Amino acid sequence: MTDWLLDLPLALGLFGAGAATLAARSLFGAVLGFISTGLIATLAWVRLEAPDVAMTEAVIGAAATSVMILYVASRVGTRAAPPAPPPMVLRILAAILSALLAGLLALALLGLPEQAPSLAAPVLDTIAPTGLGNPVTAVLMAHRALDTLLESAVLVFAVFGIWSMAPDRRWGRAPGPAFLAEPYGPLAFLARVLPPLGIVIGIYIAWVGADAPGGKFQGGAVLAAMWVLPWIAGLAAPPCISDMRLRLAIAAGPLVFLIIGLAGFAAAEGFLAYPPGFAKPLILIIETAMTLSVAAAMACMIAGPPERRATP
Amino acid sequence: MSMLASLLAAACVLAGAFFFIAGTLGLLRFGDTLSRVHALTKADNLGLGLIVLGLLPLVGSLTDALKLVLIWALVLLGGTTAAQLVASAVRRDQRPPE
Repeated sequence: MTDWLLDLPLALGLFGAGAATLAARSLFGAVLGFISTGLIATLAWVRLEAPDVAMTEAVIGAAATSVMILYVASRVGTRAAPPAPPPMVLRILAAILSALLAGLLALALLGLPEQAPSLAAPVLDTIAPTGLGNPVTAVLMAHRALDTLLESAVLVFAVFGIWSMAPDRRWGRAPGPAFLAEPYGPLAFLARVLPPLGIVIGIYIAWVGADAPGGKFQGGAVLAAMWVLPWIAGLAAPPCISDMRLRLAIAAGPLVFLIIGLAGFAAAEGFLAYPPGFAKPLILIIETAMTLSVAAAMACMIAGPPERRATP
Repeated sequence: MSMLASLLAAACVLAGAFFFIAGTLGLLRFGDTLSRVHALTKADNLGLGLIVLGLLPLVGSLTDALKLVLIWALVLLGGTTAAQLVASAVRRDQRPPE
């Protein structure tokens, strides 16, 4: 009955944060608007009883992406001159098209049948052989394993794309800029205190994904943050991008997934099929490798391509 | 007993919400950055602390209660560090160029 008390501010807040992002006068203000939009979207997903999506939105959409955009904004903001605003006709046309799209989407949403077609019941009936208690993870690892495999490959390609921005003379060096160490500053303190706790929390979130909200992407992102923190505080240097261990860590997830998927031809019904009785251990192996890959890839994405360093 | 727990929870959560509102008001109204940081940390520390305290009697198990307290401790740690970083950036900017 009083649901709208919570839902109305959330919906208005989403619109407001989105509008603030678009209308912001400075690059920094726009990034802050984007972060707020991500945080409110997280709460909206919680209200929609989709905690798995909410966690992913919080950790990838609101946190990791924001760090990357904030970093880029701080670097281009002072140098690049603000581009000239597009002509009025173009802006009005864009506004009309956007409003049209939003209107059509709203119309489609209102036209949905009262009882939406759903595969939830058949999925719940068939997840028992996977040994997983969280239906979201079961769908990701069994029913839609191909999608998840492609998602994990996308991460590798994203790292390729970022590394390829490095100039030739810095190829193979450590990723990202060099951060000045302030050994007794607040950031160094956080980088010493938080990782032991954060690593446990990251592994816990990845592990608990089998039976409760969580999983490799959410846990891996927390692990990535714990790895990046000492780099930013200047306490540790990231490994060089020519380091074979780093490359193996980034590729481990899709590689293991692909090998087990191909083994399905021989041991089970086909590609990405698990032999009966072995589903849970195989899924665990894939999830472990993918957690490692997500952590390594996201840390490299946040650090960026190799840059100039004061000392080698 | 459960009546008493509910009353205690409501009182703590309301007090926590008060600190959140006061902190937000300060963030919007205070004149300089250091005062705004001061206002914001009150919302983190006391506001969330009181809300966690209020939720403790309502959770079912000890591990859930420990998780709530851990969340508060982590927010304390993160908020304090962020406040220190913002404040030191302000001091760096205000220092006359040499």
